[in-house]
Amino acid sequence: MDLLDNLALGLGTALQPQNVLYCLLGVVLGTAVGVLPGIGPTATIAMLLPITFSLEPVAALIMLAGIYYGAQYGGSTTAILINLPGESSAAVTAIDGHEMALKGRAGPALATAALGSFFAGTVATVVLAVFAPPLARAALRFGPAEYFSLVVLGLLASIALARGSTLKALAMIVLGILLGTVGQDIYTGTPRFVFGVRELYGGLNFVSVAVGMFGVAEILRNLEDERARSVVVEKVKNLWPTREDLRRIVAPVLRATGLGSALGVLPGGGHVLAAFASYSVEKRVSKRPQEFGHGAIEGVAGPESANNAAAQTSFIPLLTLGLPAHPVMALMIGAFIIQGITPGPDVISEQPELFWGLIASMWIGNVLLVLLNLPLIGLWVRLLTVPYQVLFPAIIVFAAIGTFSLGFNPWHVYAIAFFGVLGYVLIKCGCEPAPLLLGFVLGPLLEENLRRALIISRGDPTVFVTRPISAALLALAIGALALAVLPAIRKRREVVFQEEPS
Amino acid sequence: MNGKRAVTDILAGLIFVAFGLAFAITSLSYQLGTPLRMGPGYFPLVLGGILVLLGLLIVGKGLIPGSGAEERLGSVPWRALVLIVAAVLFFGLTVRGLGLVPATAVTALLTALASYRTGILAAVAIAVGLTVLCVLVFVLALQLRLPLFGPWLPFSV
Repeated sequence: MDLLDNLALGLGTALQPQNVLYCLLGVVLGTAVGVLPGIGPTATIAMLLPITFSLEPVAALIMLAGIYYGAQYGGSTTAILINLPGESSAAVTAIDGHEMALKGRAGPALATAALGSFFAGTVATVVLAVFAPPLARAALRFGPAEYFSLVVLGLLASIALARGSTLKALAMIVLGILLGTVGQDIYTGTPRFVFGVRELYGGLNFVSVAVGMFGVAEILRNLEDERARSVVVEKVKNLWPTREDLRRIVAPVLRATGLGSALGVLPGGGHVLAAFASYSVEKRVSKRPQEFGHGAIEGVAGPESANNAAAQTSFIPLLTLGLPAHPVMALMIGAFIIQGITPGPDVISEQPELFWGLIASMWIGNVLLVLLNLPLIGLWVRLLTVPYQVLFPAIIVFAAIGTFSLGFNPWHVYAIAFFGVLGYVLIKCGCEPAPLLLGFVLGPLLEENLRRALIISRGDPTVFVTRPISAALLALAIGALALAVLPAIRKRREVVFQEEPS
Repeated sequence: MNGKRAVTDILAGLIFVAFGLAFAITSLSYQLGTPLRMGPGYFPLVLGGILVLLGLLIVGKGLIPGSGAEERLGSVPWRALVLIVAAVLFFGLTVRGLGLVPATAVTALLTALASYRTGILAAVAIAVGLTVLCVLVFVLALQLRLPLFGPWLPFSV
């Protein structure tokens, strides 16, 4: 059985002591940033990317992945205990989880979150192991036209599932692609938009973009309104759910695992969307919908399992197509590139230890997370007493040193300030930063494949619609865009309707 | 009257238009090529044009009174904005010359002062603590090849 051999190879790699150590480091860091509001996994991974340069590729990727799914666990802890979701996907958990905590059932809520996440993470890891190889084999047959269409689909689908204005998200993508063209042109070597600065010939660094847009801009947002954060946490007792609780969470966890695994593959929303979708499904199918919002354990079990499943399966498009589903995965692309590996369909066949090791490490990481989170919950909550006034200078200083160490290029540091201010202004104007980062990472891929496809087809632009796979991907992309626009149209109609009588 | 328009839309739109124009106009100075063999200027020119168009649409949406939410920009933390930008630029400018320790210390100090709730003494304490931490993490643990004190100082290490 191929799958078993592969998983054995992966476990062999992931269980090497040094890899387990980096996995542990990753999930500990991830839990910490998940607990701490004001710093998310995107900024953390961006800050730590330069550090991973000196590690082995497997160790580096295992650690970074650990930060990502570890943050899902940490985020739910604070959501339940103090109604403060440390991570956006935990916002749903806070609804019923915090109600449970108020009723003195914080322990069962935390245990449910951890157990549900663990189960979902385990299943999603298997899903990843089963579906990734055939997808990668199919992707190997993709030519430039298909890749171009695939990137277009990835970019447009990320809008459909995101919140906020479609128009602004589109503009952010285009701006991201344009910023990605800074530097030497791949075909002719002509330096573009560098204004005579030699240090910019290699292009802007995506670490600067990510740290600026997600780190600095977020800090500025938080400094708009400085309030004292008082944290009062009661001691958590009675960790274990009752038999009745366990009976009630089985079905939601199963449904959420399926839902989360499917939604995680889609670009854009990923785990956040999965958590919201699972909550509304559970509320709809429940025999006791009136309990939702007042401490229904299903409202914790569902979203928590869903976001963890989605966090794992969002690695599928990255590992098989080299396409990131959301900003964290875009940074993972960067991590691959720093290590000299181009993420895409070749990774499975050329770097099997890396591929299967990374997948197996996710399961090990999930075990570590359950072991770390339940007994040590008090320790994590203690983290919240670290004042923000100490935290944010640390983020800025680490970001500056880390980015500088990437290429000893001061322009990468200046870029942090530029993207911090740009990101802050744009976020204040209601633009989401994620599409810009996706556009920035995928832009060069888009241009390269567009130009290559047109050269191969001798300048015939119909190549994108006459090749069946490419045409299907483009049709899906248009569908995604229509999906994004339609609800807005519908809403506008409703508004018009309501205004007519007056 | 002005309050009815979405300031956020207009500002965002104008930023997009400005970036689009800047990229499109600069692209014109590069070889454009043909669709068959695109030159370096082709792709950014087209995208710059699209960005201008999207920006204008967003401005237009903001100008229609009552169309969107009447969003205001809200307060801007000017002190934090200026100090953090200055701190990051300072680091980039001086890390080679002054070395890691002085550059980090000043950057941390400026950044810490960005919060209204941090006094000068607390900021100095944060700066010292962070500098020690960064030297431990980046120089001792990660073996970053950066001088602690740079050539601009009389006692470079």
